[in-house]
Amino acid sequence: MVLDFEKQVSEIENKIYELKQMSQNSGLDLSSEIKILESQAYEYKCELYANLKPFQKMQIARHTNRPNFLDYVNLIAEDFIELHGDRHGADDRAMIGGVCHIGEKSVMLVGTQKGKNTKENLEYNFGMPQPEGYRKALRLFEHANRFNLPIITLIDTPGAYPGIKAEQTNQGEAIAFNLKEMGKLKVPIVAIITGEGCSGGALGIGVANKVLMLEHAYYTVISPEGCASILWRDVTKAEEASEALKITACDLLKYKIIDDVIKEPLGGAHMDYNETAKNMKDMILRSLSEFDKMKGEQIVQHRYNKFRKMGVFI
Amino acid sequence: MQNKSLKDWFIERKKQQKLARPKDVEIDDRVGELWVKCYNCGLQIPKKEFEANENVCPECDYHFRINARTRINQLFDENSFSELFTNIKPTDPFSFVDTQSYKSRIEVAQEKTKLNDAVICGKAKIDGYKLLAAVMDFDFMGGSMGSVVGEKVTLLLEKALETKLPVLVITASGGARMQESALSLMQMAKTSLAVSKLNDAGVLYMTLLTEPTFGGVTASFGTIGDIIIAEKGARIGFAGRRVIEGTIRQKLPEDFQTAEYLLKYGQVDVVARRQELRSILSKFLAIHSK
Repeated sequence: MVLDFEKQVSEIENKIYELKQMSQNSGLDLSSEIKILESQAYEYKCELYANLKPFQKMQIARHTNRPNFLDYVNLIAEDFIELHGDRHGADDRAMIGGVCHIGEKSVMLVGTQKGKNTKENLEYNFGMPQPEGYRKALRLFEHANRFNLPIITLIDTPGAYPGIKAEQTNQGEAIAFNLKEMGKLKVPIVAIITGEGCSGGALGIGVANKVLMLEHAYYTVISPEGCASILWRDVTKAEEASEALKITACDLLKYKIIDDVIKEPLGGAHMDYNETAKNMKDMILRSLSEFDKMKGEQIVQHRYNKFRKMGVFI
Repeated sequence: MQNKSLKDWFIERKKQQKLARPKDVEIDDRVGELWVKCYNCGLQIPKKEFEANENVCPECDYHFRINARTRINQLFDENSFSELFTNIKPTDPFSFVDTQSYKSRIEVAQEKTKLNDAVICGKAKIDGYKLLAAVMDFDFMGGSMGSVVGEKVTLLLEKALETKLPVLVITASGGARMQESALSLMQMAKTSLAVSKLNDAGVLYMTLLTEPTFGGVTASFGTIGDIIIAEKGARIGFAGRRVIEGTIRQKLPEDFQTAEYLLKYGQVDVVARRQELRSILSKFLAIHSK
């Protein structure tokens, strides 16, 4: 998948590839031309990705090749064992979690899982958890609390699933109950928005001591499309809504909604899984170390104070 | 199946149309100077009788949506309500503009409702029992929760923690206030964390869900009450009807997301008619007072 704004980059890269092929086949030495083109392409890319508009970032955040939860599990965790089920009749595949090691630390790792193709997306319900997903997550959080395991959550969801059964089994309460109960956990929580962080569906596993975002991820109260269709009454105004909503990591850092930004490789996380994962792992370990000396009650109060300050009024 | 005459069919159809629940959030409640027309059954009701009946149709028991001031007057002991946190006002942190600017939307709403924002907080009494109350007002930008609603509700919950007085939050909200973007999302966390402190301290936290309660309020302080009461006929849910229909491309049941539907699915403790609320709340307060 090539995004609109990536077309020029891919054209230059194709040219470079062609030149390389040509020089190999013909034996002509084109290395200096290739070098110039490569450095031009690099400069162009640097400038492009440093100045992405919110709507473009959103496209990167939604890229089908973007690493998903299970990719990160493979890249940052060791000895991961998935813990299934909410114990009340369901195992939501859109919400996955388990125990593992990250570096030297034993942790609970929980996150929303998206697919990369239609088959996977059906299995993972496009990363939209049902109430039982939030309840499973809370079951794992409480386990972590009992055994003093720090909690890491990775968030990439277009939102909690809106459906008849989800309403019957109380989607609103499932999220609300998590927000409340996460307030009681005596272990540090680090939440990372890795792709899409839409609304209550994201916050339902996001009430953390540290909230981090990948560079091109977005976090918002409502999807720009949803916002456009309500406020503009026109879903085609999503781009305007994406500007107005201040959804980027950079903006949210400025307003102190998040604590830090995790750098992505040039072109976005899907360009280099390993580099993305390494940056993420480093940041997780650094964030957790801040809580090494804190007692449970202090961690609870730290989280309370963090969210207590949020809000702007006169 | 029985054969019906055409006339019967028309009568039945008309009846169904009359009883059909309003589907959209915008309800056209017509309250005139002297007469009120019932949205549900069409009855013309003298305004005095209507008000004596707590804004409920005497014929079909349709509960009109009421604003926060009316709710306060109807529910609490006479002159018992004293307002708190009156100086907190909304601002426009993101300079948000859609088809109108947020600033102008605030001004219009303040002018229309004579409120600073979508919630009134205060101390009150029911049958002499003291409590702290927050009453949301749907007429102020659809009762949406932004920084002010979140802050005032949190301050009230913190006051309850300090005084150990029971709390009642009466919701009426379309959800989070989009114009305050991620800040409004964070109000969900802020308020819910304050409820978690009440849980630990054993302070009674009750919610009364009224027409309509959706989105960010449902998914935060609305549905985590120790006791949850829903007012008869109120529509309450997480996702809006249109969003769900758009996602699943199916028609939804007629009673979907009504108070009665929620009761059937185990989501609320009690569904109450408006006239019963005082006595039910009074009993809850009595039973939980130590």
